[in-house]
Amino acid sequence: MELVNEEIETVTKLPQFRLDAIGRPEVAAAEKEKIRVEKFSFWYGKTKALDSITSRVYEHRITAYIGPSGCGKSTFLRCLNRMNDLIPHTRWEGKIFLEEEEISRPKPDFTVLRRKVGMVFQKSNPFPKSIFENVAFGLRIAGESNMEKLSASVEESLKQAALWEEVKNKLERSALALSGGQQQRLCIARALAVHPEVLLLDEPCSQLDPISTAKIEELLLDLKSRYTIVLVTHNMQQAARVSDYTGFFLLGQLVEFDDTRKLFTNPSDKRTEDYITGRFG
Amino acid sequence: MGKKKLVERGVELLVYLSSWVSILGIVFLFIFIGKEAFPLLTDPRMKEEVQFSQLWSTIWQPVSDHPKFGLVPLFIGTLKASFVAMLFATPLAILAAIFTSEFAPPRLGRAIKPVVELLAGIPSVVLGFFALVVLATWVQELFGFTMRLNATAAGIALGLAVLPIIYTVTEDALATVPKAFREASLSLGATPWQTAFKVVLPAALPGIFAALVLGFGRAVGETMIVLMASGNASIVSASLGDSIRTLSATIAAELAEVVFGDGHYRLLFGLGVLLFSFTFVLNLVGSWYIQRVKKRLLGAA
Amino acid sequence: MKDKLFVGLSAAAMLVILAMLAVILGNIFWFGKDMLSWEFISAKPTMGMTEGGIFPAIFGTVALVFLMTIAVMPAGVLTAIYLEEYARADSKMVKIVQQAVANLAGVPSIVFGLFGLGFFVNFVGRGVDGFFFGGELYYGQPAIIWAAATLALLTLPVVIVTTSEALRAVPREIKEGGLALGATRLQNLRRIIVPSALPGILTGVILAVSRGAGEVAPIMFTGAAYFLPYLPTKPNDQFMELGYHVYVMATQSPDVEATKPILYSTVFVLLALTFLLNLLAIYLRARLRKRFAEGR
Repeated sequence: MELVNEEIETVTKLPQFRLDAIGRPEVAAAEKEKIRVEKFSFWYGKTKALDSITSRVYEHRITAYIGPSGCGKSTFLRCLNRMNDLIPHTRWEGKIFLEEEEISRPKPDFTVLRRKVGMVFQKSNPFPKSIFENVAFGLRIAGESNMEKLSASVEESLKQAALWEEVKNKLERSALALSGGQQQRLCIARALAVHPEVLLLDEPCSQLDPISTAKIEELLLDLKSRYTIVLVTHNMQQAARVSDYTGFFLLGQLVEFDDTRKLFTNPSDKRTEDYITGRFG
Repeated sequence: MGKKKLVERGVELLVYLSSWVSILGIVFLFIFIGKEAFPLLTDPRMKEEVQFSQLWSTIWQPVSDHPKFGLVPLFIGTLKASFVAMLFATPLAILAAIFTSEFAPPRLGRAIKPVVELLAGIPSVVLGFFALVVLATWVQELFGFTMRLNATAAGIALGLAVLPIIYTVTEDALATVPKAFREASLSLGATPWQTAFKVVLPAALPGIFAALVLGFGRAVGETMIVLMASGNASIVSASLGDSIRTLSATIAAELAEVVFGDGHYRLLFGLGVLLFSFTFVLNLVGSWYIQRVKKRLLGAA
Repeated sequence: MKDKLFVGLSAAAMLVILAMLAVILGNIFWFGKDMLSWEFISAKPTMGMTEGGIFPAIFGTVALVFLMTIAVMPAGVLTAIYLEEYARADSKMVKIVQQAVANLAGVPSIVFGLFGLGFFVNFVGRGVDGFFFGGELYYGQPAIIWAAATLALLTLPVVIVTTSEALRAVPREIKEGGLALGATRLQNLRRIIVPSALPGILTGVILAVSRGAGEVAPIMFTGAAYFLPYLPTKPNDQFMELGYHVYVMATQSPDVEATKPILYSTVFVLLALTFLLNLLAIYLRARLRKRFAEGR
């Protein structure tokens, strides 16, 4: 994808920074790279799911990836914390870096990586344990057993996830008794409890009602000052509402990646424009 | 951190080694039963005691001055009992499986499975007892056989033991047939029975074949029922009302009385090898056909 | 019209099966209840097995099954964990193990009996005697430990299959959730997967116990005895057992009519035991299915 002169014109007129459509950044000093994806391709068996993706995720920003079903955005997300390793017969080319460390190398330290890069799933998946134990899980497996420290951490995480007030008096109750929206916030709290650097969210609101969705979106905006957030969503409006940067996936390719406002008001690629205006997907 | 890794690796190794137990189990079964029977082929003294040509005679009389080791009555006995069992169990099991899978409302279907599981859970010694004390009398009154304990009485009880297997495997095979097949047939105007008979059953046929093969294997190998209810007489005849002696019952009945290491002892182990090999092959065939059903139906869907 | 006939026929088949089950259970429970009493369960048999109780047989059965469970549970559960959680789904090892398990499940019980005799008693037992007891006969003969080991091999497929099912029933999202929080495979197993699968694993134990308590052919030559003046307290003791007791009493009693009441009641106890265990397993399975369905 080449950059056309007039596009450069438009982009450079934006106040903060410049980016081209596939994310080769010419960034201002303000933006710090957290994750760098370089020409990354991914296969499930013989099927190519991702085609030479190059992208950046910036620290303390919300980066959203949108696109129609099956376009590869969830696959991409799962590569960032190596969850795709659980699926047999997968292979990849290219590199992914978390700051200086290459996380796409064959055998990274999975447990360390996944603590640094946390994930919230599409379908909330609290463990069949109490609310307290759910949030404390990550700490326990990291070796923490001091009840005081655990309780403090659980409280802090639940507060960050805007769930504390609702559950503070019933921490021993089963997590499965919470509503869908509460369960998802619990999963966020659980992921935050291990103090990750990056939080990946895979369509976190797709199974929730609008009110719960709004709560979680508010939460994300609040969290970005402390964490780096990557959000996959099929809901364009959501991406437009919360994210700073947006990438558009189509058929395994990252067609366009840009400042959110620019991508939605003046997309560089016709395919992006078609998707945003609803001509397909 | 190193210690944690070590524990992880250790557990990985442990679970891997554990799964060798089942493999070794089968291998050892062959080896150690064969080991006791093997001298029949090699040791000249054994070969003297149990002559190969003799095995095909029709008299099994191991305990006498001139022991006779003819296997024919045992084979015939085994076949008779299994035949009656399959005759009795197959129609019932397959029809019931069709009912559960195709006609019964789902909730009823879910309630039926446990019932069949309960039947499967009755110990064979209990079925043997029932056949000996109750069933044999009914059979005798019904058919007028002279011998009370015979192939039919044992065979029916054997059928009860075999029924759950045929039912379960058939029902699984029918359930594997995709709903789409049934829907297509019904939408063309076929009745539920026509759909079951002309579409579902043919599609699941390898599975039903597997059910029969596995059921037969179970019938041939079953011991306690025939031991208690078949009369244990090694008779060669065509009548199903005569007492019989099966391979499995022979082993069970006579192993207690043999001298360790002599020809009779080794021959009984030899019968064990025979029985084991036969059911082993049947099991492989059954498994293979079940695989075929899955491939055929799930690949097509 | 023809349709109704066929549907009716298949329904009739189902009813016939139910009826047969009812008849068998009914007959045994009806005639067996006569001799039931606390004394029956707690006393030793007397007067040539025509009177008294069957306590030693009950004790022997319980002891046998207990030893069997200790042997089969580790091997069975660990194998299932390997198959479901560690091995790659399409690896050759998995296929071989599954075929071995399927074959073990189809081995005739008398063949297990022969194996118990040929391997455990004659090979391992004699070996142990040679190594530890200078050739004196302690373990190279029928003993409860060998009978238990034989039964353990027989019930291994039951445990493996049921445990595999239980592990598979734990939703994938929960397993992934644990890993995504940085848990190692072992931590995920210990803290999330196995606790969730525990009811299913328990079902496997119950089914194995029920099966083990009912099998007679495997123990006939590996340690069961008809009359013993003592209870099995050492691993190389012989033992009385419910199923074996029924078999011998039914086929070799000198006075069939006199032993009939005791026989019926013994069968009652055996059947009741296996029956209740099976019911328990079925109930657990049903509750398990509900538990994971409603948590969402």
